[in-house]
Amino acid sequence: MTIVRISDDALARACGADELAAAFAKQGHEVQRVSSWGMHWLEPLVEIDGKGFGPVTVADIDAILDGSSDKAIGTIAEHPFIASQQRLTFARAGKTRPLNLEDYEATGGWAGLKRARRIGSDAIIEEVLASGLRGRGGAGFPAGIKWKTVAGAAADQKYIVCNADEGDSATFADRMVMEGDPFQLIEGMAIAGEAVGASKGYVYIRSEYPDAIAKMQAAARISAQIVAPFVVEIRVGAGAYVCGEETSLLNSLEGKRGEVRAKPPLPALKGLFGKPTVVNNVLTLTAIPHILTEGGAAAYAALGMGRSKGTMPIQLAGNIRHGGLYETAFGITLGELVNDIGGGTASGRPVKAVQVGGPLGAYLHPDQFDIPFDYEAYAAIDALIGHAGLTVFDDTADLRSMARFAMEFCAVESCGKCTPCRIGSTRGVELIDRISAGGRVLAGVETAPQMHNMPKQGRTQDEEIQLLEDLCDTMKFGSLCALGGFTPYPVMSALKHWPEDFRK
Amino acid sequence: MSREQKLSEIIADHAGREGPLIPILHDVQEEFGCVDEEAEQAIAAALNLTRAEVHGVVSFYHDFKPKADPRPVVQICRAESCKSRGVEALIGDAEQAAGARVKLHTVYCLGLCSSGPNARVGDKLHARLDSAALVKLIENA
Ligand SMILES: Cc1cc2nc3c(=O)[nH]c(=O)nc-3n(C[C@H](O)[C@H](O)[C@H](O)COP(=O)(O)O)c2cc1C
Ligand code: SF4
Ligand code: FES
Repeated sequence: MTIVRISDDALARACGADELAAAFAKQGHEVQRVSSWGMHWLEPLVEIDGKGFGPVTVADIDAILDGSSDKAIGTIAEHPFIASQQRLTFARAGKTRPLNLEDYEATGGWAGLKRARRIGSDAIIEEVLASGLRGRGGAGFPAGIKWKTVAGAAADQKYIVCNADEGDSATFADRMVMEGDPFQLIEGMAIAGEAVGASKGYVYIRSEYPDAIAKMQAAARISAQIVAPFVVEIRVGAGAYVCGEETSLLNSLEGKRGEVRAKPPLPALKGLFGKPTVVNNVLTLTAIPHILTEGGAAAYAALGMGRSKGTMPIQLAGNIRHGGLYETAFGITLGELVNDIGGGTASGRPVKAVQVGGPLGAYLHPDQFDIPFDYEAYAAIDALIGHAGLTVFDDTADLRSMARFAMEFCAVESCGKCTPCRIGSTRGVELIDRISAGGRVLAGVETAPQMHNMPKQGRTQDEEIQLLEDLCDTMKFGSLCALGGFTPYPVMSALKHWPEDFRK
Repeated sequence: MSREQKLSEIIADHAGREGPLIPILHDVQEEFGCVDEEAEQAIAAALNLTRAEVHGVVSFYHDFKPKADPRPVVQICRAESCKSRGVEALIGDAEQAAGARVKLHTVYCLGLCSSGPNARVGDKLHARLDSAALVKLIENA
């Protein structure tokens, strides 16, 4: 009998891991369902005595067992994709059974929480500040400062809200944490509760993640005694992208329309049900247990560059050969990520564009591949790191249609509160369609002789492009939140780097 | 159990929770395939809200439907990463396979973005789809 390890992560399952596990079990082998190593192109990955095989189908089983399989990749931990990473948040990835408390404790689980309880609120916040940890949900706001604000607010009830809405295309790190190492997230939330004086935590998970929801519900149940008196409850979103925005998320938790709230008041002072609330991304909270171990904060702050400290779980997605989860210190260049680690496109064609930061992130050109992974460096070129997802496109991509999609997505997902976003996005789609048609022709009432104030001609393609730029300006500066405010990034970057796609 | 009984049972299940509306709506949608006017009225009465308020919430979220649709649903991701991996080229075949029998529903991201095109049927996810695999999925839905 052999011990066979196969991930039960949603991606592995979507690639046939369950059928594979059943087939191994049927032959009498012990199958352990572990978290995913994050080498997605190799899923389902089979691990036997530290050696890996992938991507495996049921037909490969005999060859794997008799040692003749051509799917062998050698010792997994030594695979270049794994060996070159600096895994802190994903230190357990591939190694532990997600809902097994013994596995969790044996790998240092709960050490951060125990120490946090010993050192108390002020010292916890000091260490989070010293680590330099910034919010991983997109805005990059220092976690320690947010916690300090909540800790300093007087109230009978405070909340920790974990933002697990992960709506950005190209992102799956939150999902992998929740499915692969759920106790680490719960530990991070309990530490946050200890720091700010909150007794209740909510995890708001998008409904598109059935596996993560089930795992987190089970994990909250299994760990209830350990984190008590802190209580963790799982809530499920309802298919609205904008509910990832923190104030919209709070409204949704309260049972309202997911409309964005104007700030101030900050959620830290008046958040969920008007109470002081910490809203943090999954990855922010999951970085906490490590930071709270002895010497963890200093070790964290020693990694990275500039004001971007520590590691970032980067998600390599889209048309990329070696897609998956790559956690490393800030500072790595985009070119290294796409070409060296990702191995270029999956299609084998040249890379045309890389969208960084999800649907609100800019499209970067291969000419920009030397940019280091750093919040400030991206901001300086009108781009964003966001939740650190990369979508790679090959040379068959049409950036005009991607710009159109950015506007369309904004129109579908707008919360409707402010005009530049709600109306502007729809006008943006129409404008790009007219650019595709070569310009605008006067029609209907516009051609009537009494319309003295009308221009006598329609608009040329160039004039329509100018109008699109103006519209983007209005959205960028006139929107209440980043949905309307950042949709111009993908549109303007597409226009800037691939003008030929718009002028066909 | 009658419809009304089931409805009040769902509402009672969530009594005492903070912010019970969205969890109730999820359960109602799951049980009846929709959140219709009658359900809105019952929920509004139980939570001391107006029906307008409840309707405002129901109509805001993509997951809640005003009318039940008996057709099987196949969700297809058409967000950026799946586009970069060619999902748009599969849509024609998918629509043909679906015809009037299966409802195709566009979603934006299922979190499997390194391995698209991806689809979801019920709670089961499917990755690395090509045209043939997607058509088969739709035919078996
Ligand atoms: C339209 C929109 C969508 C967002 N989606 C998410 C999301 O899915 N997950 C997330 O953590 N933050 C998201 N954010 C950012 C949150 O508003 C907020 O900054 C974050 O949850 C704070 O946590 P952090 O400091 O740990 O990053 C979104 C923001 C906007 C404007
Ligand atoms: S920018 Fe869009 S999503 Fe944000 S508040 Fe305004 S309408 Fe709502
Ligand atoms: S973009 Fe399709 S699964 Fe994420």
